[in-house]
Amino acid sequence: MKLLKLVPDDTNIKFLRLRGPFYTISMLLMAASIGLLLTRGLNLGVDFIGGQMVRVTFTQEKTAPVAKVRQEVERLGYGEPTIQQVGAPNAMAIRMKLPQGSDVNPGLADEMTRKLTSDIKARHADARIDGVDSVTGKVSKELKWTAFKALGFAAIAVAAYIWFRFEWQFGIGALFSLVHDVTLTLGLFSLTQLEFDLNIVAALLTLIGYSLNDTIVVYDRIRENMKKFRRMDMPDLLDLSVNETLSRTIVTSLSILITLAALLAFGPNVIFGFTLAITFGIFVGTYSSIYMAAPILIWLKVNPQSFVPNETPAERQERKARGEG
Amino acid sequence: MLDFPLWKRLYLWALTLFFAFAAVPSLYSLTAAPWPSFLPEPRIRLGLDLAGGSYLLLEAQPTQVAKQRLESMEESVRAAMRTAKPRIQIGDMSAAGGRLSVVIEDPTRVDAARGLIEPLTTGAGLSGKRDWTIQVLDGNRIVLAQTQEGLDLAVSQAMDSATEVVRKRIDALGTREPTIIRSGTNRIVVQVPGLQDPQALKDLLGKTAELEFKLVDQSALPSDIAQGIVPPGDEIVPYAPGEAGAGTAIAVKRLGGIKGDQLTNAQQSFDSRSNQPLVAIQFDQQGGAKFARLTSENVNKPFAIILDGQVISAPNINEPILGGAATISGSFTVETANQLAIALRSGALPVDLKVMEESTISAELGKDSISKGTIAFGIGTLALMVFMLITYGRFGVYTCLALIFNLLMILGVMALLGSLAALTLPGIAGLVLTVGAAVDANVLINERIREERHRGRKVIQSVELGYKEASSAIFDGNATNLIAAVLMFLFGSGPIKGFAVVLMIGIVTSVFTAVTLTRMWVAGWLRRKRPVELVL
Repeated sequence: MKLLKLVPDDTNIKFLRLRGPFYTISMLLMAASIGLLLTRGLNLGVDFIGGQMVRVTFTQEKTAPVAKVRQEVERLGYGEPTIQQVGAPNAMAIRMKLPQGSDVNPGLADEMTRKLTSDIKARHADARIDGVDSVTGKVSKELKWTAFKALGFAAIAVAAYIWFRFEWQFGIGALFSLVHDVTLTLGLFSLTQLEFDLNIVAALLTLIGYSLNDTIVVYDRIRENMKKFRRMDMPDLLDLSVNETLSRTIVTSLSILITLAALLAFGPNVIFGFTLAITFGIFVGTYSSIYMAAPILIWLKVNPQSFVPNETPAERQERKARGEG
Repeated sequence: MLDFPLWKRLYLWALTLFFAFAAVPSLYSLTAAPWPSFLPEPRIRLGLDLAGGSYLLLEAQPTQVAKQRLESMEESVRAAMRTAKPRIQIGDMSAAGGRLSVVIEDPTRVDAARGLIEPLTTGAGLSGKRDWTIQVLDGNRIVLAQTQEGLDLAVSQAMDSATEVVRKRIDALGTREPTIIRSGTNRIVVQVPGLQDPQALKDLLGKTAELEFKLVDQSALPSDIAQGIVPPGDEIVPYAPGEAGAGTAIAVKRLGGIKGDQLTNAQQSFDSRSNQPLVAIQFDQQGGAKFARLTSENVNKPFAIILDGQVISAPNINEPILGGAATISGSFTVETANQLAIALRSGALPVDLKVMEESTISAELGKDSISKGTIAFGIGTLALMVFMLITYGRFGVYTCLALIFNLLMILGVMALLGSLAALTLPGIAGLVLTVGAAVDANVLINERIREERHRGRKVIQSVELGYKEASSAIFDGNATNLIAAVLMFLFGSGPIKGFAVVLMIGIVTSVFTAVTLTRMWVAGWLRRKRPVELVL
């Protein structure tokens, strides 16, 4: 039986030779993402900005009548709604600000919900209300802060863990590739203006855990090779480590991507954004483990001698006496 | 490394099968057939986003509690000064900024007044502080200030009562398995699966639990009451289920009763004669006076104790009750008496609860999500298994077996944890992701074995080294995943918590199945066949 081999044995691709250009590209992509976030921003869900979101599916329609519903909702006099087709082609999300004073009197928000849903049902016999979310400004501020804290803590905690298990340079490298992955994913959400809600934050947290897997495998091999090949140049040693783990990196990433692709293609529409964030992040994470996490070690001047304790004169004499190199 | 004595194999299989079997009832429920009732039935609970239902985040204002405490302290101080012998005259009394300031007219009696006020304060829980501080200013002014500890305790108690009231109200709706949890210092999270219109729930949570005392109309004919004929000036009130007269109703006078909302306290207690559990209530000054009047004017007549429109009991008034203290007897157990005491103590809801966040998901959307999620999950898993088989051959078979057991174990653990680990929509994604990531450990091991073989090592040695050398990366990788999942669990809410739970369980089970189980299988194969060549 012949087994599938995606990566031939003994590859010797000089990945690190291209570290300069790839690094530049990554930096540019990160800068572009940050730029997008600053100018275009994220399409924040009601979780983070407060307000009300009503999800409606028009069971008899092919596509959701966004423009028509927008006019109808505007006529209710609660201000301009944000309406997007979300999930299935015939489903939409109507987002509105909560009426003035509803922080004090929640009845106002209830009334708006009632009017809105009954109006839609009256005008569209096939409308099915899939869900109503209503978040006050106070809670949304807290949720935003909580999400921010969770992401920050997670990034620092895993980096600290790497530092603890390896060396501080590896911790920096891991943190940097994490920031890279998360920033690019945020950039994607800014670019596509897909809704950014709490679920996406969960996806980013997952990403922080999973995109590090590749980095850890490469780092683990680097550490092993540093013990084995004391005299090797760092770029060569990194190349060797990346090549040795290449087959595993490809197979694992492919495994996760196979399952995620199934989820993207056939899974529930409601979590499309969530799955997309993880898929994109894992894709970027694989790349960054090779081109971000590894080269940083060179710039941080890590070499095979870095973590060997300095030899005392007595030890050197003993080594000479034994006739070892 | 490859040594698996019989006891160890038996132990590992027992562990695996125990959790795997726990998943069976949940999987079985996907078919319509009923589960045999004599078997235990752990079931995976579905989160709101899959089952459909309503989520409410309710919040109370601590300032409201502070205000109530101030008012009740004011009343208590007035009462204490009035009942002092001789009576202590109060000049000006003002409550502002969370403090109560009392001017004692006669400066020589300030110490006596202070002595009477001090017992009105208590220790604030375990903080070691009092709930109020007492200061004497300008020689004749006593200033009472609430301590933060006292207020915190009061808020906490108020929230406990409020949670209890909310639970009672929601149970009254007859919904299945609601979840009501206190969250933070002043919030309550309510989840009601299956509830499609939260309006009724919100209305209900705004209503008060009313306790009423009304005189029984003894002239009303039981036959009239049974037929629903209401005597003039009366109303017909049914007995509460579980009480002595359950199923029947009595007629009470519509007017002339009093309401039980003027309570300062309610405690579970015991009848001194029969030793039956009952609820002892304490009216405030005004309520006590009304109650005294009602009981003085109607000695030897029965009066009905009505809660939420249902009669708890209708005892005889044997003598006037003057002190403002009364007892409610009924067919209580210690627990139910305690519950009623809690409900009454809250005086309906002790604080207004405002809806801060609300989410309702239709059951159709949930069903759609489940079916699509299951399909995507099945396709993804099958594709992955094929990929593993064509890449790793025999070792791929082990990987696939590990994957199947991993899934069963995750589902089994979730079923055993019940509502602690409800399956949510992101949770399904978590399951899919776990499947993809769980094979990572096997990929690492298999690749390493391949590598060692390629370097010319013997089969057994290669396998041994493969498991050994891959273990550090497997451990570290899973540790970082776990860190992220734990943080998600701590910070996340609802569906995201569900996702984090799946990830955490999956990380633990996947290491077990992908490393320990496959090693046992590979070791068994090596021992039986002693291969000199590996197809890998």
